[in-house]
Amino acid sequence: MKSEKNLELIIESALMAAHEPLSLQDIANLFDTNKPSKNQIKKVIDDLNQSFAKHSFEVIQVATGYRIQVKKGYDEWLSKLNKQASTRYSKAFLETLVIIAYKQPVTRGDIEEIRGVAVNPQIIRNLIEFEWVKVVGHKETPGKPELLATTKKFLNYFSMKSLSELPPPEEIESI
Amino acid sequence: MIQTNSDQLEVKVNGSIITDIPDDLFIPPDALRVILEKFEGPLDLLLYLIKKQNIDIVDIPILPITKQYVEYINMMQQLEFELASDYLVMAATLAEIKSRMLVPNEIEDEEEEDPRANLIKRLLEYQKYKDLSMKIDEVPRLNRDTFVISGILTNFKKKETMPTIKMSQLQEAFHEVLRRAEINASHNIQTEVLSVRERMSKILDAINQKETISFIDCFDFSEGKMGAIVTFLAILEMVKENLIDIIQNKDFSMIYLQTRTT
Repeated sequence: MKSEKNLELIIESALMAAHEPLSLQDIANLFDTNKPSKNQIKKVIDDLNQSFAKHSFEVIQVATGYRIQVKKGYDEWLSKLNKQASTRYSKAFLETLVIIAYKQPVTRGDIEEIRGVAVNPQIIRNLIEFEWVKVVGHKETPGKPELLATTKKFLNYFSMKSLSELPPPEEIESI
Repeated sequence: MIQTNSDQLEVKVNGSIITDIPDDLFIPPDALRVILEKFEGPLDLLLYLIKKQNIDIVDIPILPITKQYVEYINMMQQLEFELASDYLVMAATLAEIKSRMLVPNEIEDEEEEDPRANLIKRLLEYQKYKDLSMKIDEVPRLNRDTFVISGILTNFKKKETMPTIKMSQLQEAFHEVLRRAEINASHNIQTEVLSVRERMSKILDAINQKETISFIDCFDFSEGKMGAIVTFLAILEMVKENLIDIIQNKDFSMIYLQTRTT
């Protein structure tokens, strides 16, 4: 019983201290001997969440692993902590992002075709700088355009585990 | 004072709301500029014109819409807007559709396409992504809706251990993958929803790093049958979209995927 208690506290402390989400493997690697199995770790995380019931935070799973975050509904107060107002993204930025997310892998040409205007290179540069988007290859057409796809960091930012959690597109019956 | 409302196209000039562009150009040029700058491009402008008149996209009356579109373009030019060439291309496209609709269709061809079809398809496609971009704006975001708890731990380094892959594993063929996956599936209680497009990106990324990758390497047995199928669909889709080549040196030898070469 004693060792189980330790296990829970060790995992809790790791999740608290880590800067990035921790995968089950990351957590298992904390232990040199008696590595807990993935199922054991999952159970500990469930137990942690139960013990957090009265608290304002919880463990959630995102694309690259588990992290502790504040439960929903505190943004009204917490937003005051942020010195600068949270970023509002331009329409062009969001449209470019969703086309990459839903239609990946895409070229700039694909994005231009859908939006009907030239792609603003600064938007792509920002997306790559945020590590939300990366180049996953080149299309074998003249000019060898880059193929763009979203990253796990993008999913983490929106607290998603996989692309299938993106809001579903409305079905538009085309002719 | 010029105020804009982000949801609706509504411009207030000195307290009075301007919703329509008057035929004469007596509104302050600054206000008009605000209206025109709100458009993300020719498709956005067209969608606005269509929505304003409550017309169904799939049945656009091309003549009046073309006329209005050109009016807007002229206004933009009169204001010395640096007009993106995309707007002019669209004006030309509309003019072409208009003229094709005026020419009587003499050849009775059942396959004859509505000249508007391509434009309608593009408008619907753009509308879809425009809606999605508004939806994604609502998805909880870090430091706006969600806040991560993280202490400061200096010199904290993650150990990375790469999974080891045995050669014998590589040489299994696809039906073998499926067979194994099926056995595995009975132990697999949780099913994760897998996205084909996400998988395409993942495989492309792997190929991009190593130039070639064996067919078997693309599969993750622990994902079960569904995972194998998603991976297989992703590979087929990439071949279809000319993103990769599948190669095999001789019969029954290992199958490789590589970036497409011309």
